[in-house]
Amino acid sequence: MVEIRTHGRGGQGAVVASKVLAAALFKEGRFVQAFPAFGVERRGAPVVAFTRFDSEPIRLRCEIYEPDHLIVLDHALTETIDVAAGLKKGGWIVINSHANAEDFSYSEVYRLAIVDANEIAWRHRLGSRSAPIVNTAILGAFSRATGLVGLKAVLEAIAESVPFNPEGNKQAAIDAFNETRISNAMKA
Amino acid sequence: MKIVIEGNHALSYGAKAANVDVVSAYPITPQTQVVEKLSEMCASGELDAKFIKVESEHSAMAAVVGASAAGARAFTATSSQGLLLMHEILHWAVGARLPIVLGNINRAVGPPWSIWTDQNDSLSQRDTGLLQYYCESNQEVFDTVLLAFKVSETVMLPTMIVLDAFFLSHTSEIVEVFGPEEGAKFLPPFKPVDYLTPDNPMAFGNLTSPDSYYELRYKINKDTLRALDVAKEADEEFEKIYGRSYGIIEEYRTEGADTILVTSGTVTSTARAVVDAWRDKGRKLGLLKMRLFRPFPIEDVRRVLGNRKKVVVIDRNIGFSIGGIWAQEVKAALWNMRKQIPIFGFIAGIGGRDITPDVINEILDIADRLEYPEEEVYWIGVKDGQISYSRR
Repeated sequence: MVEIRTHGRGGQGAVVASKVLAAALFKEGRFVQAFPAFGVERRGAPVVAFTRFDSEPIRLRCEIYEPDHLIVLDHALTETIDVAAGLKKGGWIVINSHANAEDFSYSEVYRLAIVDANEIAWRHRLGSRSAPIVNTAILGAFSRATGLVGLKAVLEAIAESVPFNPEGNKQAAIDAFNETRISNAMKA
Repeated sequence: MKIVIEGNHALSYGAKAANVDVVSAYPITPQTQVVEKLSEMCASGELDAKFIKVESEHSAMAAVVGASAAGARAFTATSSQGLLLMHEILHWAVGARLPIVLGNINRAVGPPWSIWTDQNDSLSQRDTGLLQYYCESNQEVFDTVLLAFKVSETVMLPTMIVLDAFFLSHTSEIVEVFGPEEGAKFLPPFKPVDYLTPDNPMAFGNLTSPDSYYELRYKINKDTLRALDVAKEADEEFEKIYGRSYGIIEEYRTEGADTILVTSGTVTSTARAVVDAWRDKGRKLGLLKMRLFRPFPIEDVRRVLGNRKKVVVIDRNIGFSIGGIWAQEVKAALWNMRKQIPIFGFIAGIGGRDITPDVINEILDIADRLEYPEEEVYWIGVKDGQISYSRR
């Protein structure tokens, strides 16, 4: 079983990202489970969502405390939350940021993939410049970095799950796939 | 067709498969998506049903009572405070013998406000007479809508389908769904013997003297007991058509077990993995999943638990001063057996506190090292630092 934790802010689409990721993995024949750590959701407030997938039916029905991989929709969250809490050795941190790998101080037991999803989302007019909706772009980056899910399945899942501007959302995922900067920080 | 949907939409698709005639519901977190989807289906014509908008849950339940009395297959859904506001009309639906199906998302009751899961909302409706099913997966939720209508319309009593807030309501997973044509193979159109119609005017639920009220209650009790067999038969028929079955209880790895863990709702799902781990270590542990709460399957519970060394019940609810509600029911069911079995009652997960494999292991460890419970009720994971005492 693979467990993925997504950190975002209300309005960025973290919950939808976890669901679209599950839908894409389902298309590739996996058993899937996606759910939010539902809080009192306000725009801008930290949000957490979870995705599990496996080759067998999933029985665990609790939150994820030791994820295999992380998706972080907002770089600034790393300043207030220990997003990497419990992250397993060798895990990917796929993060939306315009910064460079050396600007992050994550342990070298993790692998880092950085994509400027804000810029990509605004390029395709997803959300506004000040509040871009980055959830579909980050999934392109996740596919590129981890190889756990194919871009084709991600694009199909976006087309089925995103009611507004599906073409723009698909293109954002494609751009993110191509523009993700991989930093194999892991030395262990 | 297999699709990835959340538990709330599993209820909506279930209502569609059951080809309901009338839906009336008032939105409340964490049930809102049930209503959203059904109103979309009704508006688009995907579901040929009347959606009645109302200003409260009391009115929603009253609307489906009226619809059901007029011979319609009627569905509603709610949660927590909404279910409590329906309370008066729940009694009415039972007394009027109306086979309404109600989806309830388990949400803790305020104050203080909570939107997270526990079972006190649905279990506190114990003596209204609604039949109650508890589910552990979205597939089970979808399938149970059809099963509930079948049982309800056979014994003429309403049924509540219960699912955990967020751990099912907002969890997306794979569900095999089908439409009303496929559903009709199992669930024929609802044809009540008597119903409200201008063609044949009659009164329902009028003033009834002590001369006959008593017998009417007797008949409700008798039909509630009959629902045990009806539910089993419905489950078997469902399996023949669709290949899935759940029983009214489920035994998981109980063969040769000394200790049986008793669970309901999504805790069951996590507990299966824990039981497997204990079995791998050679421990004689099994699981009893409680699916039906009303009618309470006393004979099945006695058969599964009656000859064990220990019974361990996990309750995501609290009957203040007396302990977990499932534990109370299990104790009552086993009391008149000749053999007395230690029953350990554990409270966990109230107000949406997470129940992880670690929590279940802690529970099993406590029960494992004691021959008899030293306390009537064990609260797991209480934070000492947060306990303060009243000023007087």
